[in-house]
Amino acid sequence: MSAPTDLRYTRDHEWVRVDGDQATVGITQYAADQLGDIVFVELPDTGRDLEESKAFGVVESVKAVSDLFAPLSGTVTSTNDALTANPELVNSDPYGDGWMITITIADASEMDDLLDGPAYDDLVAVG
Amino acid sequence: MTDPVGAGTVIHETPLANRHEALGARMIDFAGWQMPVQYGSILDEHRSVRERAGLSALSHMGELLVEGPGAGDALARALVSNPPMLSVGRAHYSMICAPDGGILDDLIVYRLAEDRYMVVANAANAQVVSDALAERIEGSRAVLDDQSLATGLVAVQGPRSADVLAPLTDVDLSALRYYGIADGAVAGIPAHVARTGYTGEDGFEVFVETARTGALWDALLERVRAEGGGPVGLGARDTLRLEAGMPLYGNELDETTTPYDAGLGRVVKLDKPIDFVGRTALERVAADGPKRRLVGLIVEGRGIARHGYQVHREDRRTGVVTSGTQSPTLGVPIAMAYVAPGDAEPGTMVDIEIRDARIPARVVPLPFYRRSDRP
Repeated sequence: MSAPTDLRYTRDHEWVRVDGDQATVGITQYAADQLGDIVFVELPDTGRDLEESKAFGVVESVKAVSDLFAPLSGTVTSTNDALTANPELVNSDPYGDGWMITITIADASEMDDLLDGPAYDDLVAVG
Repeated sequence: MTDPVGAGTVIHETPLANRHEALGARMIDFAGWQMPVQYGSILDEHRSVRERAGLSALSHMGELLVEGPGAGDALARALVSNPPMLSVGRAHYSMICAPDGGILDDLIVYRLAEDRYMVVANAANAQVVSDALAERIEGSRAVLDDQSLATGLVAVQGPRSADVLAPLTDVDLSALRYYGIADGAVAGIPAHVARTGYTGEDGFEVFVETARTGALWDALLERVRAEGGGPVGLGARDTLRLEAGMPLYGNELDETTTPYDAGLGRVVKLDKPIDFVGRTALERVAADGPKRRLVGLIVEGRGIARHGYQVHREDRRTGVVTSGTQSPTLGVPIAMAYVAPGDAEPGTMVDIEIRDARIPARVVPLPFYRRSDRP
């Protein structure tokens, strides 16, 4: 299972899809698999300012609570409301329907700290 | 994301370690044992036990035999229950308490023969219980034989458990009632077969010698799969027992908790004709009432209550959550919590502190789930 090459990744297992000054954020297949059945996702309100590497939400499996960390600084422009009723979308389609938030990127230079697909694959292969 | 995978120091490996690995289990360190937390999806494993059958490896539990003409009286002095009242082939839920009434462990006591009892203890407390029993039965006409490492334990749980087991055993399962135990063979292996469990479903716990646990597991797994189930790890066992309102030592029970706090005062036999460790302290709690009470909670806002979260009523802190999860069967977040006695009445509204928010929850009677065909 390789991470999609059109996305960028954090070492905390979030992914980012960049489109101009907008970024879509979710968690990786590896993270979703490690968590197991996801039963709850808590996301920030639209308009909130996020700071890179600070917690912006929570994802819960049956057993565990995990923080979500912002891959980039920016302002939340939308959240995936479908996850309220169907949090299992994060397991079944983490890079698609399981997306979490979109943000307006505040500082594009922070992108330099993100991993590309092969680098992320190396990270999870090492464990 | 925070790392969902923990690490621990392994002391014991169960006789089934290779099999769990071959089944793709995610293993965790649990009370010094390498144990399977899940084989696939915890939700699927949970549902298989509620709807069909599931198989769990429990060789980490402690099996302590107490034997001799004074065994029953010795246990009556050591535990809060009254084991001599058990008929041969019957079992009951019990606890071992400290002199101050605090719970050292919760137990199942099986009467295997006139002068032979088996006490099954939680893995994390097996040594504490073994040591306490050895000390408390000293001077009586009974001996303690700690068979924990020599005994393998496998549980079949779920409505189809009898269908799973029947083709493999000479034990008459229709004559084996809830909380009964019988000797026989399972898959040709000498076994104690008990109709007990920790899931809120019908089911059996099969005790065999450690060396034959693998063969027992293989035979039972084939039958469980034929009935539409599969292996079930500790993750699903935790959600199953929580729905069934069963306490977990370390969460609902510990040395600072008395049986009365946990709503289990009925287990304490204050009227038994023998003095027992903790009696004076427990008589006082029984007379005065406990300082806090274990309740069930259903979260009515958005959020899942977890172990350690604070519980408030209006502006006053009333207690703490001991266990919580999203209930796979009910589809809502459920929790158990200790609250002040005045806040324990079903219907009471409380708030649970979940991260930065206070989320409303309703006190409900336990258990959250009760099977319809309860024997």
